[in-house]
Amino acid sequence: MVCEPWKTQLDTYLDGELPSDQMHAFDAHVRSCASCAADALGRVQMKHSIRAAAKRFVPSAEFRRQVRQSIEAKPRRGVAGLGWMIATVMLILLAVGLAITSLGRQQARQEQQLYSELADLHVGTLASSSPVDVVSSDRHTVKPWFQGKIPFTFDLPELANSEFSLLGGRVTYLEQTPGAHLIYQLRKHEISVFIFPEGVSRSKKAEPSVVAKNLSFNMESWSQGGLWYCIIGDASRADVHELAGLLKRSAGLPAF
Amino acid sequence: MYVSGTDPQSDSFEELAMPLFDQLYNFAHWLTQNREETEDLVQETYAKALKGFSSFQSGTNFRAWMYRILRNTFLTSRTGLKATLTVSLDVEEGGPALASERETPETVFMERSDWQRVQRAIDDLPVVFREVLLLCDLEEMSYREIAETLSVPMGTVMSRLSRARRMLAERLRP
Repeated sequence: MVCEPWKTQLDTYLDGELPSDQMHAFDAHVRSCASCAADALGRVQMKHSIRAAAKRFVPSAEFRRQVRQSIEAKPRRGVAGLGWMIATVMLILLAVGLAITSLGRQQARQEQQLYSELADLHVGTLASSSPVDVVSSDRHTVKPWFQGKIPFTFDLPELANSEFSLLGGRVTYLEQTPGAHLIYQLRKHEISVFIFPEGVSRSKKAEPSVVAKNLSFNMESWSQGGLWYCIIGDASRADVHELAGLLKRSAGLPAF
Repeated sequence: MYVSGTDPQSDSFEELAMPLFDQLYNFAHWLTQNREETEDLVQETYAKALKGFSSFQSGTNFRAWMYRILRNTFLTSRTGLKATLTVSLDVEEGGPALASERETPETVFMERSDWQRVQRAIDDLPVVFREVLLLCDLEEMSYREIAETLSVPMGTVMSRLSRARRMLAERLRP
């Protein structure tokens, strides 16, 4: 079996995987050896048969289309398309911005109107010859006086240890809603406390406590227990805040 | 408003991958031996390849890369796992067969073969031998390409190929 070393490498030779110098040597051997030439021919034919037999399965046109569709390049928007997209988005943002600003301005206007009305009530009441309908510094007299006159009740703070004193109260109206108007005194300052049902005005801010300055009056407003409170007066902001704290505590809300 | 233009990466993937579609489908069918599974396998292969195309290194062998994805996808499928588990553990043993062991099967093969018999014989081969035989004789991949596709050393490719041919010849023997 002198051809044994050649035959062991026959497949590698026919697969074209031998180094080029060995390929040349193999070529020469096969041409001169009938046995190896026959083996090589048989194996080449076998390879061809495998190739022919193995080309067996063909995909359907529908499946090819499906796969192509799943991988095909998606059309992308060009610079012009992008420009239009950006312009559209900008326009939408601008419109939303204007709407929000307009809404904000409208709300601010309504709020301003509300506080102006309260300031008017405060000034008008103090200017009248009888600012209060119930004249008493006793909260236990003032509070029951409102019974049957307004559709709600409220608690008033104990003022024994404070500089504030209660002068009295009267029924008042804001946007056709009846409410309580109480007047307190601090040194020479007279301060109005308005109490209305919480829904008295949709224009008032939703924040729990608002400290503001309107027509140079200091104001503080908040919602508590279904009621809306607003204090307005020419006393300092700190004094207004202190009175607000007293009222909040009396109604069970921690002062802040 | 649109202007002409496509994603260049997706564009070149389609250009490279679609010409391999028929070959990959055929190879996938030989692996799964089932049309529905073949379609699932090919679809998944293309989806994975497109997704991972950015990681494909330009200048390397795209065909081997696609076949590798297909084969790995197959191996993790239920059919693939089942097929590989049935392979005897001694498959890597041996090495190139000696000529004396071959008993010139080619002669027998040439006399008896027809396409259907060859196809059945290929079908009967365990998947690790079927795939290496098809990659070499059908796809005409080099040993290096096959090694790359199967993620095995070239020596393993050669021994599996030799064993596959021997087994095929035995199946075709009368």
